[in-house]
Amino acid sequence: MIRRITVSTLFFLFLIGLWEVVAYSERFPPVLIPKCEQIAIYLWQALCDGSLLGAIKITLGRLLIGYAIGLVVGVPLGFLSAQHQYLHDTIGLLSLGFQTLPSVCWIPVALLWFGQTEPALLFVVVMGTLWSIIIATENGVHITSPIYVRSALTMGSRGIHMWIHVILPSSLPYLVSGMKQGWAFAWRSLMAAEIFVTVLTGFGLGQLLHYGRDLNAMDQVFGIMLVIVLIGLLVDRTLFSPWEAFLRHRWGTSSTAFYRP
Amino acid sequence: MSLKSKWRNITFINASSARIELRAICKTFVTHRQTTAALKNIQLSIHDGEFVCVVGPSGCGKSTLLNIIAGLERPDSGEVLLSGERINGPGRNRMVMFQEHALFPWLNVLGNVLFGLKLKPELSTKERLEVARYYLHLVGLAHCERSNIHELSGGMKQRVALARALAPNPHVLLMDEPFGALDAITCEQLYSDIQHLWETRQKTIVFVTHNVREAVCLGDRVILFSPNPGRILREFTIPLSRPRDINSVALAQYSSHVTAALKSFSTSREMEAAG
Repeated sequence: MIRRITVSTLFFLFLIGLWEVVAYSERFPPVLIPKCEQIAIYLWQALCDGSLLGAIKITLGRLLIGYAIGLVVGVPLGFLSAQHQYLHDTIGLLSLGFQTLPSVCWIPVALLWFGQTEPALLFVVVMGTLWSIIIATENGVHITSPIYVRSALTMGSRGIHMWIHVILPSSLPYLVSGMKQGWAFAWRSLMAAEIFVTVLTGFGLGQLLHYGRDLNAMDQVFGIMLVIVLIGLLVDRTLFSPWEAFLRHRWGTSSTAFYRP
Repeated sequence: MSLKSKWRNITFINASSARIELRAICKTFVTHRQTTAALKNIQLSIHDGEFVCVVGPSGCGKSTLLNIIAGLERPDSGEVLLSGERINGPGRNRMVMFQEHALFPWLNVLGNVLFGLKLKPELSTKERLEVARYYLHLVGLAHCERSNIHELSGGMKQRVALARALAPNPHVLLMDEPFGALDAITCEQLYSDIQHLWETRQKTIVFVTHNVREAVCLGDRVILFSPNPGRILREFTIPLSRPRDINSVALAQYSSHVTAALKSFSTSREMEAAG
């Protein structure tokens, strides 16, 4: 464990060092490649004047609400779509089609429909997540081995009980990876929406990034990018890693197929 | 506290077994390419508490027969009576043990055994736990109740499946080649286990297999099936005393009788086809 931490620390120190070498060589204008300490100073100032924390709060709020809507609507729709042939041919096909549509494409629609308001951003996030969650849920149900259903039938499981205690858990591996994918899509679409849509009710991280560009403040741009990456990592570790660990533990699927001494 | 008294509450609840009556069962499977007569006019009655083995080559409809008794499939015509009552679907009085263990990977061993018990509202949580532990103890896996399914060996998985099937106290146990995928040594152990269980819990058991020796070792009666269309070819009563050893000479003699019958049938078929 200590060895692994050391290795990854060294790796990132190496990357920072490389950046510093390029920045200090002054072969590029310092406006384009700011030094690491400048980025750190910006982040510290933004943290102190509250603009950074405020932006994080606003962005995460939008993200969580949009993602929650996507889940609450998407999982039941996925189950329905898996259950009936007609729903599969309608909702399933619709989801498959919209999933291939990059969520940025929803921004013009959102702007015209909702104007520069919060619902416009939420709309883009929901459209980004919903379809992949529907498809993952549907796949998970389809992959459920019929033998589980048969054996549950003989034990007296029917209807809702079957869905909650057999089909839902057996599709869990797909569901979790679908939720993870949905999360990634939500995060991406929200950033795109925040950069393109200026909403006066609150400035999110995307908007800070946008202003960084407008003001030619690359330290701000890189600083915010770093924050975005860190939030993504943090969410992955806190929200999804426990589930994946549970799946590995119960299903016995190893994290790696290779032999590790 | 001795084991007997520890489990007295559970051994006391011993559901009576049931008799099974199959009347003129027919079943055909239609695919776009061909029509297969899986079962044709099956007449069979199985007594209360009897251990019946159904033997036959692959594809002779014996698994279909089991599924029909289980209520997982419907016959095209004919009916199945369980102690005089017509079967209309799966029910807890008939539990099935499949060739693939069919244990739920999202639950641990105890959770799997509890699954069927949780669907019995008449039991309290404490009673369910007690019953589940009793059956795990009976199949010799009391120490693995917290294990995950993937951590068990093939034989252990089938034991858990057996405990899970027995726990809701069914009248009938239907076993569909349950030991087909296991090695010979594990099988031998399970043969003696299953005979012991059958004697302690008194269930009607229908056991489907393609292994003649296995059938002779376990069954009071061996029903020989033939394919195309699936039907009963012959019946053998096995009067050997229990517990039976699969390696005993007497058992080998019986199994050679059955095998001979099976062979003479298939050669006469070939002759028919050639002539």
